[in-house]
Amino acid sequence: MLEIIKQPWHWAVGGLFIGLTVPALLILGNKKFGLSSSLKHICAMCIPASIPFFDYDWKKEIWNLYFVVGIVFGSFIAAHFLSNPDDVIVTEATKTTLSQYGITDYSHLMPTEVFNWGNLLTMKGLLLMVVGGFLVGFGTRYAGGCTSGHSIMGLSNLQWPSLVATICFMVGGFLSANFILPLIFKHF
Amino acid sequence: MKNLKYILVGTVFGIAFVKTEIISWFRIQEMFQLTSFHMYGVIGTAVVVGIISVFLIKRFKLKTINGEAITIEDKKFDKGQIIGGLLFGIGWAITGACPGPLFAQIGSGFTVVGVTLFSAIMGTWVYGKFDQRLLH
Repeated sequence: MLEIIKQPWHWAVGGLFIGLTVPALLILGNKKFGLSSSLKHICAMCIPASIPFFDYDWKKEIWNLYFVVGIVFGSFIAAHFLSNPDDVIVTEATKTTLSQYGITDYSHLMPTEVFNWGNLLTMKGLLLMVVGGFLVGFGTRYAGGCTSGHSIMGLSNLQWPSLVATICFMVGGFLSANFILPLIFKHF
Repeated sequence: MKNLKYILVGTVFGIAFVKTEIISWFRIQEMFQLTSFHMYGVIGTAVVVGIISVFLIKRFKLKTINGEAITIEDKKFDKGQIIGGLLFGIGWAITGACPGPLFAQIGSGFTVVGVTLFSAIMGTWVYGKFDQRLLH
């Protein structure tokens, strides 16, 4: 059993678990699946700075932060006790593209050749980690949700604004992966 | 403690995140380079499971374990879903993470992603600061 869990999961199994989070949260406490809200609650808790947008009772939404704590805990367990030693299996076409970026190490889920502390203060590191992170935080809040809140929770409830948001996430991602990332890796 | 159950759901979810490799920067590149079906399969399956679940909850008027009614608010259209959506999409492909996977990447031991998370919190804060001046 443990050996089966340790293998990379088939997409249908992973999708099933992630999809079941929607009814699990609803039935446990009428909670709506959504993860970018946690970033908003952290702002409201730590740096509200009298900004009206952060002036609400974040304590009522604290479940969301517990959920996030669980994600950190679960990912720690998966990475330390349920991991398999093999390289991440990536398609050849993508490997060819990534080799042009200087990425050849597939031993971790992230390309540690790029995402490491030593690279943080280089131009490439700042763009990928700092600017990239800023866009994730700013964009999800402006869009009113992320992949979980819109693409999974919103679409599960057949909300057309969530479909608009999801299409825009994908368009942004296509532009970024095929035009912006190649430029970043070429010039920095 | 009434919030313990959310830690448990988060834990299972976090394990699924890592084992399905959707927190992997490589999988995100494959998705946007259209070289693998994996991510589409994960998200598609999750959406189908979600649609069926929400349908059943509404159809049978299920209540929470505490007997509370389950209500799901409609999402209102806002131009932010387009502009913010595009900006987030760009960041998603760059970092290889949406907000959930950021936490899972840190939990998996990629400590430098803590900087990315901090930056995402700053992005959220800056959005909140200028919220009323942006196009909606």
